[in-house]
Amino acid sequence: MCLAIPGKILSLEEQGTRMGRVEFGGIVKQVCLDLVPQAAPGDYVMVHVGFAISKVDPEEAEKTYALLRSMGALAGELFAEPPGAE
Amino acid sequence: MKYLDEYRDASIARALAEEIRKRCTRIWVLMEICGGQTHTLIRYGLDELFGPNVQLVHGPGCPVCVTPLETIDRAIALARRPEVILVSYGDMLRVPGSHSDLLRVKSEGGDVRLAYSPLAALDLARAMPARRVVFLGIGFETTAPAHALAVLQAAREGLANFSLLSSHVLVPPAIRLLLASPQNRVQGFIAPGHVCTVMGYAQYAALAREFRVPIVVGGFEPVDLLEAILMLVKQLEEGRAEAENQYTRSVSYAGNRAAQEAVERVFEPCDQKWRGLGLIPQSGLRLRAEFAAFDALRIFPLAEVRPEESPECISALVLQGLRKPTDCPAFAVRCTPENPLGAPMVSSEGACAAYYQYRRLVSVKEAP
Repeated sequence: MCLAIPGKILSLEEQGTRMGRVEFGGIVKQVCLDLVPQAAPGDYVMVHVGFAISKVDPEEAEKTYALLRSMGALAGELFAEPPGAE
Repeated sequence: MKYLDEYRDASIARALAEEIRKRCTRIWVLMEICGGQTHTLIRYGLDELFGPNVQLVHGPGCPVCVTPLETIDRAIALARRPEVILVSYGDMLRVPGSHSDLLRVKSEGGDVRLAYSPLAALDLARAMPARRVVFLGIGFETTAPAHALAVLQAAREGLANFSLLSSHVLVPPAIRLLLASPQNRVQGFIAPGHVCTVMGYAQYAALAREFRVPIVVGGFEPVDLLEAILMLVKQLEEGRAEAENQYTRSVSYAGNRAAQEAVERVFEPCDQKWRGLGLIPQSGLRLRAEFAAFDALRIFPLAEVRPEESPECISALVLQGLRKPTDCPAFAVRCTPENPLGAPMVSSEGACAAYYQYRRLVSVKEAP
């Protein structure tokens, strides 16, 4: 229930509420964007039961991921990955 | 998908698990609150990656599971009225009430419909003005803003045939209850990332200070959860007790102000019963009197319900983290997702359903 998935805003339309077309890995859905007034087409938002509840912060995401990737790369050297591992 | 796949990277996950293993000098007991996180942990077998020094206890954060039986029974009574279309999220339709469930009412002719969003219930109310559309809206802080906006939209349009049967629970009072219990074994918490996306984590910083317990706001992908666990282990090993944020790509300290304002406008705090846990003071939200015209509890004459739980189900203990689903003698025998005795076996976030889906074969393998 508390799941939210990241999707990319393709376009916006005002119809009383702020709605937008949001793409999730190829699937496009109508999403209410009233709660993310700062989000614009091209931005990623976290969507829960048809409502965007946050705009994904690309800098924070990159920072976290760069740190994690450096750990993973290090681990790759330390523990050789078996071929075909997920 | 961007912002999902990279957080499922196996080499990063292994590195984090190894780091957790190295950091632990003793056993630490941690709880993930959110049922979505429970499913990620069990599905990917993360709890088996980092060794025995971190013990994970599953928390009460499954909204379907903690929705009081009375609410289910009332929804069933409403769904049996000929003028009503009862709409809810998929999981709610199979949750056992005292004597029936919504799916059974549907098979008996009740108009029960499944929706992914409350917006669908608004569309239905517009399209069928002669019917009365009741949306059974349950959830934590994550979902409350969606329900608040649906009610505000109905009020704006004067959609008199739309109403909300609402049951909302709040996470911090439940953590407080668990921490104050003399039976508590939990030494650190993973706070639910999407609840905190809406609410921020100031309330968790206050809990961390008051109970001297580390709390880390965590995301939902395997790498998110392992990083959150590592952050908790570091705090515990260093003797710190702070609120930290792992899920920075979605969560800020103050949260989403627009969402909080919508919730405050439409709902007010109330004492709330949690299925399995009992009454927790000021742990719920109810519609404000101003929105009484959209409150199914006020506009329909609902008889007093006397809820009856299955005597065999131990979900109360599972929800408090005192028992594992596999400790239950009915697990996978008399209680299955097709024939559930309790809500945690139904919900896609219930701990019993997670063990049923991903651990049943393991437990058979381990059997003598």
